[in-house]
Amino acid sequence: MDVEAKVKEIIVQQLGVDAEKVTADASFVDDLGADSLDVVELVMAFEEEFGVEIPDEAAEKIATVKDANEFLKQNPAG
Amino acid sequence: MSRRVVVTGVGLVSPLGIGTEPTWAGVTAGTSGVSTITRFDTSDFPVHIGAEVKGFEPEDWIERKEVKKFDLFVHFALAATTMALESSGLEITDENATRVGVVIGSGIGGFPMIERQHEILLNRGPRRVSPFFIPSSIINMCSGLVSIRTGAKGPNMATCTACSTSAHAIGDALLYIRHGYADAIIAGGSEAVTSAMPLAGFSSMRALSTRNDEPERASRPWDRDRDGFVMGEGAGIVILEELEHAKRRGAPILAEILGFGMSSDAYHISAPAEDGDGAIRAMQGALDDGSLNSEDVDFINAHGTSTPAGDIVETIAVKGVFGDHAHKLMVSSTKSMTGHLLGAAGGLEFGLVVQSLVNGVVPPTINLDEPDPENDLDYVAHTAREADIKVALTNSFGFGGTNACLAVGLLD
Repeated sequence: MDVEAKVKEIIVQQLGVDAEKVTADASFVDDLGADSLDVVELVMAFEEEFGVEIPDEAAEKIATVKDANEFLKQNPAG
Repeated sequence: MSRRVVVTGVGLVSPLGIGTEPTWAGVTAGTSGVSTITRFDTSDFPVHIGAEVKGFEPEDWIERKEVKKFDLFVHFALAATTMALESSGLEITDENATRVGVVIGSGIGGFPMIERQHEILLNRGPRRVSPFFIPSSIINMCSGLVSIRTGAKGPNMATCTACSTSAHAIGDALLYIRHGYADAIIAGGSEAVTSAMPLAGFSSMRALSTRNDEPERASRPWDRDRDGFVMGEGAGIVILEELEHAKRRGAPILAEILGFGMSSDAYHISAPAEDGDGAIRAMQGALDDGSLNSEDVDFINAHGTSTPAGDIVETIAVKGVFGDHAHKLMVSSTKSMTGHLLGAAGGLEFGLVVQSLVNGVVPPTINLDEPDPENDLDYVAHTAREADIKVALTNSFGFGGTNACLAVGLLD
């Protein structure tokens, strides 16, 4: 499964939203109904599923679906 | 004259059913809710039995994506609150929101969640501990979530006094309304600790029945062969309202809380004072608070947990308060059927006492085949009894030696 499809699946599962709402520009907080704790847990799920570590400074910048896709493409599991 | 406080709604989640009706039907039929524990593997434990809530689906009460944010005891509290509000017809609006409070306690809180997250901490490290771990497991999250979901903006409190927790919650709510802090309060308790650490801990205390091969017969208050309590789970929530407030909105007035008594044994961390001193003062306190005479009381829903020491002390205490009348009133323990809901016990039992008053039926103490010679009161053994009850007490006694008693009656 490619990164984008996997990211979408994780978001759908974690935030309980419909897949069609998970567009590239969708903001977790503004568009997908997440609060700050939801975002923390979402980032933890990305770490878990992709086998990577996302430092807090990087995690703070992941606010949209696109942000997540880009980070995870640029930082594949080593 | 102080403000009078009535009960206008009851919501119960118990090992006998999800709802007040199935729970009441279960206790009046003398049904045991105790069975072999299914939630986790108990093979290494000395105790394999418990009174689990069966068939509970959190998604019936909260959106699927919210479920993981709260441990089971919070789900139970929300479910019981939803049912209690529905039965009372109380609507929380912009106009009354600040006058509606929430006082829901829990004896132990989210222990299953603590266990799961501790396992994650040990196996996968601190960065994998859920951001929802703390809010999902802290004791006051029942009151917190209930206020968020219902919009109740008045006083928001949680009690935590072991097995007296929800009696104290209801008693505190009574005092808040009397004092004028609120006109209506969602009050009671919730507990869901059918998990490894609590079972191991209570087992190590030798507090639990080990009648593993006969679960339905394990909880047997005052019986000669009782050997400990059965760990139960669930929630008991009631809607309390100031009398005039309830009348104005045409609420179903089920009963009136007449009095509340509290005391401490100042004696031992888990054993009750042998002379029943603390229990006596809690019951007497409830009578005095309600300006009641001992002869006014028809029925006591006892703490009656089925422990060797506790049951005898309660008998001694009832005699200490009521003298000759102790042999005329009825004393029964619904824990013989529901198991011991710990911090939710007082809420469940208060709700059942209200049903007794409304329906004129006293639930039985099942499994009471042969009482100790010292246990010589009318425990309503085996089968429910129809009776005209005007005033009833409900007792709750907790570890640490904390005692609470509520007096409830039909509105005259």
